[in-house]
Amino acid sequence: MQKVDIAVVDYGMGNLRSVSKAVEHVAAGKSVVITSDAAVIQRATHVIFPGQGAMPDCMRELDARNLRSAIIDAAKNKPFLGICIGMQLLFEHSEEGDTVGLGLLKGQVKRFAEKLTDENGSKLKVPHMGWNRVYQTQPHVLWNNIEDATRFYHVHSYYVVPQDSALTVGESEYPNRFTTAIAYGNIFATQFHVEKSAAAGLQLLNNFVNWKP
Amino acid sequence: MALAKRIIPCLDVTDGRVVKGVNFLELRDAGDPVEIAKRYDDQGADELTFLDITASSDNRGLILHIIEEVASQVFIPLTVGGGVREVEDVRRLLNAGADKVSINTTAVLNPQVVKDAADRYGSQCIVVAIDAKKVDNQAFEWEVFTHGGRKPTGLDAVKWAQHMVALGAGELLVTSMDRDGTKIGFNNPLNRAISDAVEVPLIASGGVGNLQHLVDGVTLGGADAVLAASIFHYGEYTVQQAKAYMSARGIEVR
Repeated sequence: MQKVDIAVVDYGMGNLRSVSKAVEHVAAGKSVVITSDAAVIQRATHVIFPGQGAMPDCMRELDARNLRSAIIDAAKNKPFLGICIGMQLLFEHSEEGDTVGLGLLKGQVKRFAEKLTDENGSKLKVPHMGWNRVYQTQPHVLWNNIEDATRFYHVHSYYVVPQDSALTVGESEYPNRFTTAIAYGNIFATQFHVEKSAAAGLQLLNNFVNWKP
Repeated sequence: MALAKRIIPCLDVTDGRVVKGVNFLELRDAGDPVEIAKRYDDQGADELTFLDITASSDNRGLILHIIEEVASQVFIPLTVGGGVREVEDVRRLLNAGADKVSINTTAVLNPQVVKDAADRYGSQCIVVAIDAKKVDNQAFEWEVFTHGGRKPTGLDAVKWAQHMVALGAGELLVTSMDRDGTKIGFNNPLNRAISDAVEVPLIASGGVGNLQHLVDGVTLGGADAVLAASIFHYGEYTVQQAKAYMSARGIEVR
């Protein structure tokens, strides 16, 4: 049976090549498999759950591939990294398309308000797109060798609001503070794209593939 | 505010090679896309844009190979434009490793492609490129042109920008055809008019000749990102120098 160290879950939403290439870059000698097969996800030691596009489509595609139970099982039992929509899907509900999420974590996904401005009165665009500082609000092994307030690449119009603020391990400002990284047991998830965040993103991925929670 | 303004070097690609004579010290093969992309990444570029200017449709597939190679080694956002005619083209580019796809002439000829692509893959990966020129016209100030600035469309650039965002464009790449290649600076009134009229980020393009032009693009033009080609390619400035200059003038950069 093929050895699987790291499974990148493919449910038809977005480009997974950049995720898998970034992981391969830091995980020399480990097998990285893009998969939509529940059995492969079950065999993997580490699971990465990315996501792009709209939340209703993501939930629909996930269920169309019968991956819901494999994702829930992985998120409860092994090192699990959610990225972008892959983070949002872990929560109970999203304002985007009034969508019910997987509900592994308590909380909501909300849209940035309209007509946001910065402290100078300049308009803030939505989507929030670009390199923003991530403030490490709690220590975590996945922050190892990453300085506090390092910039990561974000592109999103919605953000998670965990019911229990103790889940939040990283925040950004736009213009208010919002949760951009959460951790719960063996789960770590980021709103920003680790696979597109240059050296800091690769460091976080490196920390993840070596993580033994 | 903590969101950095982005600096985006733009590379023209034809038949699988980067053209426009990129000039890096110590770089033997100036046309190799992966080497060039890596160099800009090392300099701190926030994104890279590849523009496929291949004339013959026979060789258009070569850009896919380039993007695959670059995406395997450079871990910052990649945008690809040029010759995107249908949703299938968007799919191919995203699968090759592009993070965003830029649609220009096709957006005018068949706006439904913008909507369909945004519906299918999300607005975050759909950039609409608008080439605009100042016109002597009572009704509006800037007109949309297609086919590399050769064909007028009769469309008001500001209204067109709003329409594209309504159809699902997640970002706009606005090029002033009056300024492109002139090195006298962005068309800041044009960019400001569009930036104020839409909610999505705007990338300013066309006309950069020095670093003050990048600053003006942000402060006067309201751009969220600035795109430049020749000032970086010919080694006049590095991306680091551009960031240091902008930062010294109060602009947040990475």
